[in-house]
Amino acid sequence: MTTLDQLENGESGIINEINGGLGFTKRLESLNIRKGKSILKISAAPFHGPVVLEVDGCQIALGRGMASKVVVEPV
Amino acid sequence: MKILLMGNPNVGKSVVFSRLTGVQVTSSNYAGTTVGYTQGKVKLGKLVAELVDVPGTYSLQPSCQAEEVARQMFQEESPDLVVSVMDATNLERNLFLTLQLLESGCPLVLVMNMWDCAQSKGVHLDLSNLSQALGVPVVALTAVSGEGLKELVEVMEESLKQKDHYQPKISNMSDEKRWAYIGQLVSRVQRIEHRHPTLLQRLERASVHPIYGFIIALLVIYLTLQVVVGMGEFLISNIFDPLYYQYYGPFITQVVNSVAPNGVINEILIGNGYEYATSFGLLTTGVYVEFAVVLPYILSFYLVLGVLEDLGYLPRLAVIIDSLMHKVGLHGFSIIPIILGLGCNFPAVLSTRILEGRRERFIATALIAISVPCMAQTAVIIGLLGPYGLNYIAVVYGTLLVIFITMGMLLNRLMPGESPEIFVEIPPYRIPHLRTLLQKTWTRVKGFMIEAVPFVFLGLLAINVLYLVGIMDYLTILLSPILSQLLGLPSDAIGALIMGFLRKDLATAMLAPLQLTAQQLTVASTFLAVSFPCIATFAVLFKELGVKDLVKVVGIMMGVALLAGTILNLIWSVI
Repeated sequence: MTTLDQLENGESGIINEINGGLGFTKRLESLNIRKGKSILKISAAPFHGPVVLEVDGCQIALGRGMASKVVVEPV
Repeated sequence: MKILLMGNPNVGKSVVFSRLTGVQVTSSNYAGTTVGYTQGKVKLGKLVAELVDVPGTYSLQPSCQAEEVARQMFQEESPDLVVSVMDATNLERNLFLTLQLLESGCPLVLVMNMWDCAQSKGVHLDLSNLSQALGVPVVALTAVSGEGLKELVEVMEESLKQKDHYQPKISNMSDEKRWAYIGQLVSRVQRIEHRHPTLLQRLERASVHPIYGFIIALLVIYLTLQVVVGMGEFLISNIFDPLYYQYYGPFITQVVNSVAPNGVINEILIGNGYEYATSFGLLTTGVYVEFAVVLPYILSFYLVLGVLEDLGYLPRLAVIIDSLMHKVGLHGFSIIPIILGLGCNFPAVLSTRILEGRRERFIATALIAISVPCMAQTAVIIGLLGPYGLNYIAVVYGTLLVIFITMGMLLNRLMPGESPEIFVEIPPYRIPHLRTLLQKTWTRVKGFMIEAVPFVFLGLLAINVLYLVGIMDYLTILLSPILSQLLGLPSDAIGALIMGFLRKDLATAMLAPLQLTAQQLTVASTFLAVSFPCIATFAVLFKELGVKDLVKVVGIMMGVALLAGTILNLIWSVI
């Protein structure tokens, strides 16, 4: 088990848990980032920049701090 | 009757709106182009209904002001029909909002937009099955080409006629249940064929790559500058200058001279002749500055911006630049309002509504108003300083950049709280649709002219009157110590600085006849760029920020303008 920010670029995984308040979880959820979804990590911008991931063919950028709250099971 | 057009951000609601109403609204390939709402009339057979283009939202629980507008409109406007626009390539996520809408019991028509993209991506949808499950009609649509539009109009008409007999099939459920329901539904109606990544998809990944992403960003910025300036210059020297000097100038001089051969009116209208770009007649220099200096740059800027927007590049630039923007208290997505500000500050301030909190909105707005010069002003600065060489232009923009960074870092330190993290959808690259692109450019150019031209004429009239009644002489005596001591400018520059309240481009152009040195021009241009916003921006700042924050912004602005001008003047005098 690892977190989204630790996942290697180009690696896939399944979201196991999202750590954070209700507002945070709901916000991620509304963009289909939720427990059980399989994701692909596209990139992480240098200098602690955002992570880009793909869910169902749709790309989303989220900050490194947010990414560290998304627990992922690599596949 | 009222119809709301709703859906996730960037599913093409505004394109559908333009198609249905004929009202042109700006649409781009990124989330958050629509931040307020636009209304228009739509004809459905014999019915005429009010159609509202609502800002995009992912759910009815808003996370920024633009989304809050959407929620409010839906819950307070009591629409007769909702047209829920979905991206056919992204069924699952889009269904979340649609289900929330359905749960409210409001009659609804479901539009599967970007149908062509779904086809080419190998996404197969069973629409009749979907329609049956949700109990509402579903229409496949490719809004950019208009395919499926006729059917949509028919279905909307039918739904409005039947609205009193509408029986909702979906009842309220918890978020968890809703996702589970969506999961089942999607597995029943959607089949995805595997396709190999296309060239565009490879480019998408390269654009956010830790190394290639930066190279691509630098390349895009360089090319953008080259094309905007190159095209602007080309248009001026080959089209607008000849038109003005060979046809318009002689013509208008003749007309005015035959109506009012001399006296005050003649003086105000044509100054001392069209041959001099600096005569400051309403119909000579006023027209020349707006149409032959500014308009060509506005045109080329919005054309290039449109290509970048419709391609979907800007959100990727936001990712690349995110860590830098955090240093000034913002996150990467704020680069979009800032880039819009390089065109015109007015829509840029409005577009800060896509940012999450009041803190970011204040910082972004202040930075735009203080240190982002609009294209109209840039055009005149290029015209004025260009003959002295690129270095002087670089001094002005370098100073503005330094102000941007210092101000941003200061505001970030001084304002309580910290900048939120970026969280944004990155659209797929799409080849810009030529007709949509040209239409958008035209809408923006027209918007600029409607907003700018009256103020230019009003401003020139005001300045002329102020000179005629002698108020200007009084102001000159009053303010000349500041001008000469701090900024090193002659006292007759006061007219230009006062004009800065109304229009920045015209104000900068008024520096031309003063025979300033290149150094003085850099000081005056920088001062004008930073100081008091033009009247249109002032109005929108007032609307968006309220009095208290507006006073703060204007205070900072005047202080920074004087400080920057003084320092620049000092540096020049030392060199």
